[in-house]
Amino acid sequence: MDSFNKVVEVGEVASKFFHGMTLMFGGFGGVGTPPTLIDCLIESEVSDVHLIGNDAGFPWIGIGKFVVLGRAASLIASHIGSNPVAGQLMQEGKLVVEFSPQGILVERMRAGGSGIPGFASEVGIGTKLSYEKPVLDIDGKEYLFESALTADVGIVHARKADRYGNLVFNKTAQNTNPYVAMASQTTIVEAEQIVEVGSLEPDEIHLPGIYINFIIPSEGINWKWVWET
Amino acid sequence: MGDVRRMIAARAAKEIEDGMVVNLGIGIPSLIPDYLRPETKVFFQAENGILGMGPTPVNNADGDLINAAGYPVTVVPGASYFDSALAFGMIRGGYIDLSILGALEVSAEGDLANWLVPGKRVPGVGGAMELAYGARQLIAVMQHVGKDGSPKIVRECRLPLTARKCVSRIITEKAVFAIEPDGLHLLEIMEGSTLEDIVNSTEADLIIDVS
Repeated sequence: MDSFNKVVEVGEVASKFFHGMTLMFGGFGGVGTPPTLIDCLIESEVSDVHLIGNDAGFPWIGIGKFVVLGRAASLIASHIGSNPVAGQLMQEGKLVVEFSPQGILVERMRAGGSGIPGFASEVGIGTKLSYEKPVLDIDGKEYLFESALTADVGIVHARKADRYGNLVFNKTAQNTNPYVAMASQTTIVEAEQIVEVGSLEPDEIHLPGIYINFIIPSEGINWKWVWET
Repeated sequence: MGDVRRMIAARAAKEIEDGMVVNLGIGIPSLIPDYLRPETKVFFQAENGILGMGPTPVNNADGDLINAAGYPVTVVPGASYFDSALAFGMIRGGYIDLSILGALEVSAEGDLANWLVPGKRVPGVGGAMELAYGARQLIAVMQHVGKDGSPKIVRECRLPLTARKCVSRIITEKAVFAIEPDGLHLLEIMEGSTLEDIVNSTEADLIIDVS
């Protein structure tokens, strides 16, 4: 593997997905979720997948397209309201859902990618979302211990990538993507545009390519947004 | 019903002052910008990564530029984009002056329940817990009573909590309340409502500051 040219065909990354894997995905309601990699995941026929990401997408958008197939065993997310099928699978006991407050979720990813086992926070104290989390007493005040999250595979969407994997995101499509890349053992980025090493200004790079293992060219968004339907 | 929601939004808009950084939740709060004086200088934060969010685009919607409800928006001069960790760092770090969120129940002590009705749909909490903890001021907006007429301003929340002791003000179509250390104050009676009606439809005890 040439670390200065991580660009491969989409067919070559399908083998990175495996049964029982933990998969982290970037995106917020599908914005910033890589459409070509989602289709690749669906075609891979892997199941018993443990998902970690902001939300469950919509049934026809983002990770939602995979969730509705019933091949995910669990999901850690901040909300699933936009994907009623996810709610139904959860009620039927077919999908184990752990809710994590949105910013705590991404901070847990950041911890996972930064060599930090976890952190303390008061968010969720005294609520159902405290689950069985350890309670820490710091200077007489109670905090929840939030454990770091990591994944076997991470899928990320970027506006631009150079062949090393230096990434530039676009507007609100950035969201959780940098932290997905950091927290995953194998990170695959789908880029709308792939450029030569050296053609990005160091100052414009949102995420250094050190976190990226494979780059595939995007075939573009292939779903209709809610506001387009 | 639509009018009631708009009436609440119009009143809530008056709480927004020049210079504030404001995060608006989904539902009734999303109607508030329609009622701001056009000269008001505020920055709206969207927790999916915008400081300086502007109105819905007239045309040429950009699928990569959306608000936290997933709909296309624009940005105003001076706006910035950032990732989710920074977005919530701002929120928990106390940099948001005001958050206005929809509510299912609010207690006299300012406990907020706004994310889950057991046995009904399962949406999940999104960013509500952190906004509740982190915003310097939190206003809850909601219709005064439930569809069955049951009070939503209660002594103790029955629904699962979002956060304890976080709400500083409640705005409904009937009244405006402030939550202070000594209890729940009735500040203002909205047009078309009466003191008697408010007392009868509010479970929590009231300290009445209006004549």
